Amino acid sequence: MTAAELRSEHLLPPVWKPSQEVGWWAMVLVCATEAALFAYFLAAYFYLGVSNPSWPPAGFELPKLEKPLIMTLLLVSSSVVLIIAERLREHGRRAAYRLGTTVTVLLGAGFLALQTLEYREKLRTMSPMSNAYASTFYTITGFHGAHVAFGLLLLLYTLLRDSLGRIEPERPIVIKVSSLYWHFVDVVWLAILTSLYLSPRF
Amino acid sequence: MGLATEYLDTDAATTERLTRLWPPPRSVLAWLSTVDHKKLGKRYIITAFVFFALGGIEAALLRAQLARPDARLLTPEAYNQLFTMHGVTMMFLFVQPVLSGFSFYLTPLMIGARELAFPRLNSFSYFVFLLAGIFIYTSFLLGAAPNAGWFNYTPLSGPLYNSGPNIDFYGLGLLFLGISTTVGAINAIVTIAKLRAPGMSIDRMPLFLWSSLTMSVSVVFAMPALSAALIFLELERHWHFVFFDPQFGGNAMLWQHLFWVFGHPWVYIVFLPATGMLAMVIPTFSRRPMVGHTFVALATVTTGLVGFGVWVHHMFATGLPQLSMTFFGAASILVSIPSAVQIFAWLATMYYGRVVYTTSMLFAIAFIVQFVIGGISGVMTAAVPFDWQVTDTYFVVAHIHYVLAGGTLFGVLAAIYYWYPKMYGRLLDERLGKLSFWLLFIGFNLAFFPMHVSGMLGMTRRVYTYASSPGLDTANLLSTIGAYVFALGFVVTLWNVIQSRVAGHVAGPNPWGAGTLEWLAESPPEDYNFAQIPIVSARDPLWTNGVTAGPAFDEARLTPRTSALDADLQRPIELPHENYWAVATSVTLLVTFSALLIRSYWLFGIALAITLFGAARWMWPLQSKVAETEI
Repeated sequence: MTAAELRSEHLLPPVWKPSQEVGWWAMVLVCATEAALFAYFLAAYFYLGVSNPSWPPAGFELPKLEKPLIMTLLLVSSSVVLIIAERLREHGRRAAYRLGTTVTVLLGAGFLALQTLEYREKLRTMSPMSNAYASTFYTITGFHGAHVAFGLLLLLYTLLRDSLGRIEPERPIVIKVSSLYWHFVDVVWLAILTSLYLSPRF
Repeated sequence: MGLATEYLDTDAATTERLTRLWPPPRSVLAWLSTVDHKKLGKRYIITAFVFFALGGIEAALLRAQLARPDARLLTPEAYNQLFTMHGVTMMFLFVQPVLSGFSFYLTPLMIGARELAFPRLNSFSYFVFLLAGIFIYTSFLLGAAPNAGWFNYTPLSGPLYNSGPNIDFYGLGLLFLGISTTVGAINAIVTIAKLRAPGMSIDRMPLFLWSSLTMSVSVVFAMPALSAALIFLELERHWHFVFFDPQFGGNAMLWQHLFWVFGHPWVYIVFLPATGMLAMVIPTFSRRPMVGHTFVALATVTTGLVGFGVWVHHMFATGLPQLSMTFFGAASILVSIPSAVQIFAWLATMYYGRVVYTTSMLFAIAFIVQFVIGGISGVMTAAVPFDWQVTDTYFVVAHIHYVLAGGTLFGVLAAIYYWYPKMYGRLLDERLGKLSFWLLFIGFNLAFFPMHVSGMLGMTRRVYTYASSPGLDTANLLSTIGAYVFALGFVVTLWNVIQSRVAGHVAGPNPWGAGTLEWLAESPPEDYNFAQIPIVSARDPLWTNGVTAGPAFDEARLTPRTSALDADLQRPIELPHENYWAVATSVTLLVTFSALLIRSYWLFGIALAITLFGAARWMWPLQSKVAETEI
């Protein structure tokens, strides 16, 4: 049975919405459970913070802001580029879509590169085994980094399927789902930026 | 009954096409690749009961040790490992998986669908559950089973006091198992939200589905708290990160908070589906629809929500601020309101109906009695001063067992006697069933009621023995005798289950004259469940003529997808065929976690990469799906 027959026979709604798809629902729930994981991580960070006389503890400097702010810029702009790329694809401009997604992947990779540099610098003065502050800092940012890496794999997987023509033309759910995950990773970063980098300054 | 036979009278061409789409398994290997929710659901239930037997044997050893004072049957270390594994097994490897198994078996049948939303994911989550269970149990072979209790408090579970691999089996095993629990919950939510038969709007949904929906949403938000705690613990144990050691800015209470933020919702996760089972069994054997259907649905959801706001009541004795304890004490007492709504709705249904005392119904009634006792001891411990008196005593052991064994387990037994005919096409023997019921009912109460007394007398839990005193000696001996009578009851039901497969009366589609859609299908159901998709126009559709035969959708393996609230038909979705990638991925995940256990990080990297590749391969689109839309 083709989609056209299904539409005439069973009243397929005229406009496809990703939110009708089971895959969309599943990804929303994956994001919900992952968001909860980071919420518990951050709650642990603040809980340990209030049970210490100062946080970061004496002898630990406040995290520097230059790199994290550039990283934020990279990640936020990557989300914007991805949204534009998807719009272009909806208008049939597949090449522009692939270019846009590639740019997103590069921006995400840039984020990870900067995070590596930040770690290398930090590890000289702050070992993750030294104190609960350092442990939570590296655990939270490290897990987020892993999520960025996984998001990148997901985008590359989508690109691969698009180039091989293995995406349902009428219902590009895999594209919607991987972008949703990418935006989610982005939002989690904003929460981490606020909690780990900005909040100690207030 | 008439309705069902008429309904099943589908034309031969359709059934032939459907049979061709769902061919019978060809080889032994098909056991690994099946995605059928009915086979996997039964497999979940049976595997969970194997773990239940192991957990039961552990309990039997514990009770043997405690039968008399100052016994030397078990060493303190063996006792620690056994009581920990008893708790871990029952909480994580039995009660949640068995409820999920029923949910995966029944949900598609109850909503008139042909499958779960993600059949391959279901196969994956089954194998992850099985392998995680085996992973945790491997610890016994090394004589190093987890030994710090099922809630595994730090610093006892930390590297300083527990340097062997014991706790790593717990930490990594539960992280591994958590993957299965989480994806299973997501599968259940999406199925209930999106695959209900056309017309089964949310207010016509059976109550069992309300409870399994609430349970699954709770898993999505509660499980990560345990994962976070376990990640912290394993980082501390493996790499000497600091989270719980106050000397370096940590806080041992962090574990308790995270664990109970997970743990209390978990208690409802493993309890609510059993109330959903009761809400199916009681109306059928009271021969009338459930009283207060809407209120019971709302009470179920409310219990799930409030479950997230009461975790501190497990920590009243840890020196928290008075205000915090007052708040959590009040919230804990609040839980009794939605629970009471459910209890009174069951009682009212029985009062206004004509009760048929089948074995299943007897288990349901015993559930209510025992749950009320467990609920009252729960409200008692919600009062902070009383809790200080009995915390960490056998009073709490009695409470948890009255709720989870007297409640959930009796609910599961009611469910077995109720749905076995659907699963295997034959009725269980009622005479054996009633014998089993009385053994279980008497055994259970004999085992656990005296624990209230031994707890009040000050007997602490988790200690391998006790000093002789007149009160304690009698109470413990009674508990041990009760435990063995209880075990005997299970043996009778096990025998019933085995012999009824061949000797039981043939059930037919609807042996109980029940009202919900699963009784419309054959017993056991065809692989495609329904030849024609039902269209629903009322609650308890089989009692109200609220179902008509809809389209067959026999062009491919299809099941309709509908809108989340009103269940308006959107379009049929294609279901996957048998698949080996799901089981392959679960095995590579086992290697991934085992690599962490033996601290081989290159193996971890390789296994993780293969797992990701397997997942990508598995998600590769079905050829027909791409072709179908190329128009």
